[in-house]
Amino acid sequence: MFAQIEMLGAKAIRSFEELGRLSLFLITVVSNIFTRPFGFNDLVKQIAFIGARSMPIILLSGLFTGMVLALQFYDVLARFGSVDLMGSAVSLSLIQELGPVMTALMIIARVGSATCAEIAIMRNEQQFDALTCMAVSPYRYVMVPRFLAALISVPLLTAIFNLIGIAGGYIVGVFIKGLSGTAYMQTIIDTITWSDLKMSIVKSFIFAIIIIWISMGKGFFVHLEKGVSGAEAVGRVTTKAVVASAISMLFADYIASSFLI
Amino acid sequence: MPENSNQSSDTEVLDASVLIEVSHLSSSYGERQVLKDINLSVNQGEILVIMGGSGSGKSTLLRNMLGLMKPSSGEILFEGMNICHATRTELLKLRRSMGVAFQGGALLSSLSVGDNIKLPLRQHTDLDENTISIMARLKLELMSLANFEDLMPSELSGGMLKRAGLARAVIMDPKILFFDEPSAGLDPVTSVELDQLILQLRTAMSMTIVVVTHELESAFAIADRIAVLFDGELVITGTVDEIRACKDERVSNLINRTPREVQVDAEKYLSRLTKGAD
Repeated sequence: MFAQIEMLGAKAIRSFEELGRLSLFLITVVSNIFTRPFGFNDLVKQIAFIGARSMPIILLSGLFTGMVLALQFYDVLARFGSVDLMGSAVSLSLIQELGPVMTALMIIARVGSATCAEIAIMRNEQQFDALTCMAVSPYRYVMVPRFLAALISVPLLTAIFNLIGIAGGYIVGVFIKGLSGTAYMQTIIDTITWSDLKMSIVKSFIFAIIIIWISMGKGFFVHLEKGVSGAEAVGRVTTKAVVASAISMLFADYIASSFLI
Repeated sequence: MPENSNQSSDTEVLDASVLIEVSHLSSSYGERQVLKDINLSVNQGEILVIMGGSGSGKSTLLRNMLGLMKPSSGEILFEGMNICHATRTELLKLRRSMGVAFQGGALLSSLSVGDNIKLPLRQHTDLDENTISIMARLKLELMSLANFEDLMPSELSGGMLKRAGLARAVIMDPKILFFDEPSAGLDPVTSVELDQLILQLRTAMSMTIVVVTHELESAFAIADRIAVLFDGELVITGTVDEIRACKDERVSNLINRTPREVQVDAEKYLSRLTKGAD
């Protein structure tokens, strides 16, 4: 019994230690944004990786999410005789909730895991030691471009997801269910307010920070993983990064929604 | 076989001024003490080889000398400056005069070989891209890697990776070069070639070189002085001849490749094995 309590306590201490370590990591990354030289080329490269190369997955998932939403809402709204409101229902659900969350989940799967694994391998191959010995800060050279690229790309991808989702809803509503295209678009214009868009933007910024912070941090401290090393440690931290990013993102979603609605 | 520079260098070494002074250095990983009261100096222009078996603490000593980890006690003076208490700015300045070649090359996997070598120049100088390219090509030529500039690190062999890492380490013409395990994982011929390269670098660039290795042949071929570590303690520092003549059992065992005798307490061993079996 005591041994179990002791084990639980040790685990709690380790979790707090890790939270502290990751918090310091984030502070160091942010403070390095303002140091020179600024790696503009690296930033563009990372925007291409996080943003441009995520486009196909965002377009596909956005389209299908919008289409499924339209099918679901048509069924529900038809029961109350309000199918004309489908444009509002689809767009509000996407902009306020599904757009930011689904985009974040896609980015976690595609970018978070790759970033964590890449940084962990860099650590294992002493690439950070090499940068440090060359008087080049690994935070400024490796982390800052990724951090800024995520801050720029994730909100833009969310906006694209929202737009393509609304288009998916239009396809199902107008072409399959026979609703009026004008009515679909008009209800969107009438319903969506600045505060809805603001919620989408704020959430996507918060999610971007959470995803890139946890992915980079977990990879950077791969050498502190207990009981494993090498490829096994890389695999383990990558899994942990994906799970922790997803859970933290959903928790942050609830907190943000409760403040912004 | 490369020429053993030891025989001709004693006088040079004696005249040389001290570049790095390690005093009473102890270092630990958590509760496990890895280095115990190390006293060592690196003289200007010499090749000092830090030698020892696996787990002797030589890589930890190197990491301490590079300022990559803080010792638990003692100090390391680099040209009079204590790097254990140096500020971030002081360390950055200091590191620009150091070159480090890591065991596996530690090239950035996302950059080509050429871009890896140009990285320190791009980060720390205002040189134009043309000059940077010429300087990088010169260093690649010196390492016999002239045609490999555009390849990615993943396309190079182990020996090439080490040479590319060495090219990057010397691109800023550092005062001192640290080389971690130059011969590890290489075939004998490549290993000898790398030893010759180290000797060439000392002659051509008047560089002070600290090499960490467990390869006896390589150490004897390049060293002016050798420091032998055993279980975190510095056993002896001396010329190749002094090391060969050393009567200390730990040193002679290392030189003669005598395996350690493992003393087993049968009772303790059995009780450990049967623990929890009841």
